[in-house]
Amino acid sequence: MERTIPAEKKVKKGLWRTLVDQKYLLFMSVPFAILVFIFSYIPIWGWTMAFQKYRPSRSFFEQEWVGFDNFVKMFQDPNFYLALKNTLGMSILGLLIGFTMPIIFALMLNELRNGMFKRFVQTVSYLPHFVSWVVVSGLVYKMLSTDDGPVNQLIAMFGYEKVQFMAKSEYFWLIVVLADLWKELGWNTIIYLSAITAIDHSLYEAAKVDGANRWQLMRHVTLPGISSVIIILLVLSIGHLIAIGYEKQMLLGNPLVSDASQVLDLYALKYGIGQNNFSFGTAIAVVNSVVGVLLLFTANGFFKKRTGESVI
Amino acid sequence: MSHSPYRNGFQKPSISDRIIDIAIVIVMVLVVIVTLYPFLNVLAVSFNSSSDTVKGGVTIFPREFTLDNYKTIFSFGTIPHAFFISVARTVLGTILSLFACSMVAYVLSRKDFVFRHFLSRYLAITMYISGGLVPFFILIRDLQLMNTFTVYILPGIVNVFFIFMIRSFIDGLPYELQESAKLDGANDFTIFWRVILPLCKPVLATAALFIAVGQWNSWFDTYLFNGSNPDLSTLQFELMKILQSTQTGQDAVNSNDMARNMQQVSPESIKMAITMVTTLPILLVYPFLQRYFVAGMTLGAVKG
Repeated sequence: MERTIPAEKKVKKGLWRTLVDQKYLLFMSVPFAILVFIFSYIPIWGWTMAFQKYRPSRSFFEQEWVGFDNFVKMFQDPNFYLALKNTLGMSILGLLIGFTMPIIFALMLNELRNGMFKRFVQTVSYLPHFVSWVVVSGLVYKMLSTDDGPVNQLIAMFGYEKVQFMAKSEYFWLIVVLADLWKELGWNTIIYLSAITAIDHSLYEAAKVDGANRWQLMRHVTLPGISSVIIILLVLSIGHLIAIGYEKQMLLGNPLVSDASQVLDLYALKYGIGQNNFSFGTAIAVVNSVVGVLLLFTANGFFKKRTGESVI
Repeated sequence: MSHSPYRNGFQKPSISDRIIDIAIVIVMVLVVIVTLYPFLNVLAVSFNSSSDTVKGGVTIFPREFTLDNYKTIFSFGTIPHAFFISVARTVLGTILSLFACSMVAYVLSRKDFVFRHFLSRYLAITMYISGGLVPFFILIRDLQLMNTFTVYILPGIVNVFFIFMIRSFIDGLPYELQESAKLDGANDFTIFWRVILPLCKPVLATAALFIAVGQWNSWFDTYLFNGSNPDLSTLQFELMKILQSTQTGQDAVNSNDMARNMQQVSPESIKMAITMVTTLPILLVYPFLQRYFVAGMTLGAVKG
């Protein structure tokens, strides 16, 4: 259809004229761009603190520059390695369990014949995603408690001794990872389920004609059908491997298990804000971010080499 | 949709098919039980009389039904005010953030906007790199936002993820609508407000749910910035203090004075009633918004 656009619209206008023409669009975006500058870009600029002996009362130009001193101090601190070990331990364990289970769960949900039951299971499984970690930590403590927790009651029913789950550091990683699985299992299946629905049905028909059974259909049609989604999510989770945050560890942890619950972000929080050592805390955050970005690019690089596509 | 693509409608299911079906149903029932039991247990305990709960053994039905726990938490103490602050930050934060995000999303969707590419990159960068906790903390302190209500709202108003999500929805709307509005003499803001926003209801519902849940559930900003000001305490933070005080000792990170506020120990039933009040608002709305967020997740996933 030919549109009747006035001819002068096609003429290239000067920048000033364009700005005046688009003044509403500017009013609608510039204030928010400034907010982003304040709350996202200024903190990135704050990374300079990692190279200073930062004193809050002084201006930027009066700060004392110390080079890599904060980083050297960090790499000499045994607590840093403990935090690193816990961070990597929990994130790799989380990747093994938290990444594979939603795929299996999605494949199983897809096998359900009864649509009502399927929708009910889905609705229930999404539910914990919307609950805060504060509530979840309360539930975990309650479910694992030694006097009235159902897990220990089951253990006792089978004649074993009750376990003080929350007081033993050897269980802490697993508890965090399983609590996370409980919270996000259903939610993380959404994306796989929608990928499964997008698979061309004629592929299944063709495979059936060739005599494929249920396992072969799953193995040779469904899994290849969602493999690109799986790989994209895998690359992204590898990028986030080190950035597991502090929330779960802080809420589920307690002094008895602190040697297993101390992660990098908590370490930064403890030294950086708790002890007012801002430069040291920033140095930890810088290492954390840089390693995260490096991991993301490495994973993406491998992915690109194999498929020629890029996730980021 | 309701039947599996694996099944051939004409064949009778074989025995191994039946076994697989039954095994899957059993697993699903187990998942449902494991997911629901903690909530039902908390609900039951919250309606059970405190003195009876101590004896233990309450499962999913209250043994001595009472509303006293709820009456107690709503009649005195910090909970009613914290509830009000939580509602206030959720309502205000959601409305303002939704307005800002959709407006910026509209501007980004306009192919003729001068700074389109710059703005898009400028926003995208912040999704990959962030300054981290300590610089953010210092920024908030320097801006004098410590111990203010504003700290709940202002830093989160612009959310890049939702901007991109809403923009990809607007991109799918026919451009002719905007053009005809323009011919009728509407300015860019009027087009956004009168033409675009009403069409964006599904994606706005999704974003609103996510923003509201995020606001309602957040506790860390209260902990970090407003922990010493009970007037600005939120439900999640109150619950966190109560839970942490009774769990095995104190939290490892409480190196500041917050630890001193966490000494009061509440009876189990009261704790569970507070947990329920903190959870219920979300549990009530989310099933109704489910179809929106499933669509929203899929949209976000396809566009990367």
